Amino acid sequence: MQNKSTEITVGMFVAAGIAALFMLAMKVSNLAEFTDETGYQVIAEFENIGGLKVRSPVTMAGVRVGRVADISLSSENYTAQVTINLYGKFDKIPTDTSASIYTAGLLGEQYISFEAGAEEEFLQNGDVIDLTQPALVLEQVIGQFLFSKAEGE
Amino acid sequence: MPLIKIRDLHFSRGNSVIFEGVNIDIYRGKITAIMGPSGTGKTTLLRLIGGQLRPDRGTIEVDGQNVHQLSRKELYELRKRMGMLFQSGALLTDLTVFDNVAFPMREHTKLPESMIRDLVLMKLQAVGLRCARDLMPSELSGGMARRVALARAVALDPMMIMYDEPFTGQDPISMGTLVNLIDRMNDAMGLTSIVVSHDVIETAEIANYIYLLSGGKVIEKGSPIQLKHSSSLWVQQFMQGLPDGPVPFHYPGDAFADDLLNPEVTT
Amino acid sequence: MIGAIRSLGRWGLGVLERLGRGHLFLLQILSGVPGLFTRFSLVIQQLYSVGVLSAFLILISGLFVGMVLSLQGYNTLVDFGAEESLGVLVSLSLVRELGPVVSGLLFAGRAGSALTAEIGLMKSTEQLSGMEMMAVDPIRRVIAPRFLAGVISMPLLAAIFSAVGILGGFLVGHGLLGVDDGAFWSQMQVKTDWYDDVINGVIKSVVFGFVVTWIALFEGYDATPTSEGVGRATTRTVVHSAFAILGLDFVLTALMFGEE
Repeated sequence: MQNKSTEITVGMFVAAGIAALFMLAMKVSNLAEFTDETGYQVIAEFENIGGLKVRSPVTMAGVRVGRVADISLSSENYTAQVTINLYGKFDKIPTDTSASIYTAGLLGEQYISFEAGAEEEFLQNGDVIDLTQPALVLEQVIGQFLFSKAEGE
Repeated sequence: MPLIKIRDLHFSRGNSVIFEGVNIDIYRGKITAIMGPSGTGKTTLLRLIGGQLRPDRGTIEVDGQNVHQLSRKELYELRKRMGMLFQSGALLTDLTVFDNVAFPMREHTKLPESMIRDLVLMKLQAVGLRCARDLMPSELSGGMARRVALARAVALDPMMIMYDEPFTGQDPISMGTLVNLIDRMNDAMGLTSIVVSHDVIETAEIANYIYLLSGGKVIEKGSPIQLKHSSSLWVQQFMQGLPDGPVPFHYPGDAFADDLLNPEVTT
Repeated sequence: MIGAIRSLGRWGLGVLERLGRGHLFLLQILSGVPGLFTRFSLVIQQLYSVGVLSAFLILISGLFVGMVLSLQGYNTLVDFGAEESLGVLVSLSLVRELGPVVSGLLFAGRAGSALTAEIGLMKSTEQLSGMEMMAVDPIRRVIAPRFLAGVISMPLLAAIFSAVGILGGFLVGHGLLGVDDGAFWSQMQVKTDWYDDVINGVIKSVVFGFVVTWIALFEGYDATPTSEGVGRATTRTVVHSAFAILGLDFVLTALMFGEE
């Protein structure tokens, strides 16, 4: 009743579908990164995070060292609390590292960049980064520029 | 006690009344024919007996069970003991002749494949199509398809079998084959047969008892010989196939002469 | 005036009644699905006619859609000097939208219409009725395997569509337009998220497969058993499936990608 060649082609079809999903997972999307996410978390407070989002990249000297895990607003001083997931293999980041929010290109996505400090001690799970620099908001920059221009005259 | 007992059957579809108080008894081991003009709901009657349709009023008992009060499971159990031969054969077009006959066995029994093979070949042998077992239904002629369907209908050795218009559209040879088969099957397997048909000669040849239906009622019943000598003009017209009689040749309306003399302007 | 209102009312009642029957039909199908796992060979047969026979169409269409996307996207991106983002553009469009939607539409046209015609023909040739009289429930034996096969096939087809489309986009982008292959893939990986994009796309395709197969089977099962009726039912399957896919796509997109 059951045709053998039918079963074979169906098997091939299902295998092709799963292979396609596998390709979407490993080659197209970032699932591969999740696998080594046995890292640790640190917190950074920013005055303004601009367009930073959950899962935005965190880099150090251009190398990705982690990503934003969570963003919340502190009700005490109204700053943005950004929880950062750092990959486990980058475990020698000094405690006085500073974090800044930059934009990739003129219209690109925003990301956090770490600037290494000089301390001998390294960041641990739950540590807080004190030295932060908020995102540049274009309107503010233009506003300041015009203001100083007007004052100068 | 009859195998099938139909009492005071009422059924209508939409606004058209199909049955209005029909009483029928079908006895075990006999071939009972249900006859009548086209559109009298003969096929509908078979579907009512099979539980595919529900009557508006009245009861149908098969083997002592009221068909329309059974649970779904009980109804399916009952249907396993009923065979039905559809007008078109209703063979499953994606299965071979062999698989079609094997279908009810595979669905309802856990018999090993070797035994199913023996049984299928036996059934096909009985209808003379054992060597056509690898053909697909599309390769069969109408008469052959009906014979395969017959083999399938008796696959589970049912107690009864219902034939829906088995002779319609058959050439004389396959008609003769089918008449012969129905008769032989009934005797050899101890079946009870119900034949729905309007082919008078063939049906009268094998039927033990005939019910004539028209206008939602049983007009006449009796053995073929009784019906042939019926005093009713209608029965005479039907049994002999006369073009005119109580059922007029002309669609009712004005007289022809009036129509010719008063031409209506039709646009 | 009254006549118009009345016919509107009759139309509305007719639609409601069909909807009701459609949902009852779905319940019957779903109750038949668990029993299939003991007779999976029935589903395999249908996976062949529903899935495998659609695969070639999906493969070719996906390839061309990916190639065109790449070509069109490049022309826009190059003005901003952002041609490295071509990979992102191709992958996100395919994985989020075009993969599920276009393969869903193709699936409705290829497999859906075939299912309706097949079921409709089985009905008009009394095969379904015949099964019932053989005490075999046609919904469990005929409809449910086709339904399950449709629901399984659709996400696989959509994944094949997206994957082949991305390859097609890469072929055009790298081979024809000279986009750096490292940038193409790495940018794509950075911006395409497994959960937000790929999984949501898969969910969409499962939903589309469910709805299209349901519509196709119901139209066939509910068709007027004449060749004309089956023909009309087949047309309805394609039209209703297209509406359902596009409407549901909007709803699902709003639910999935509406809030960041």
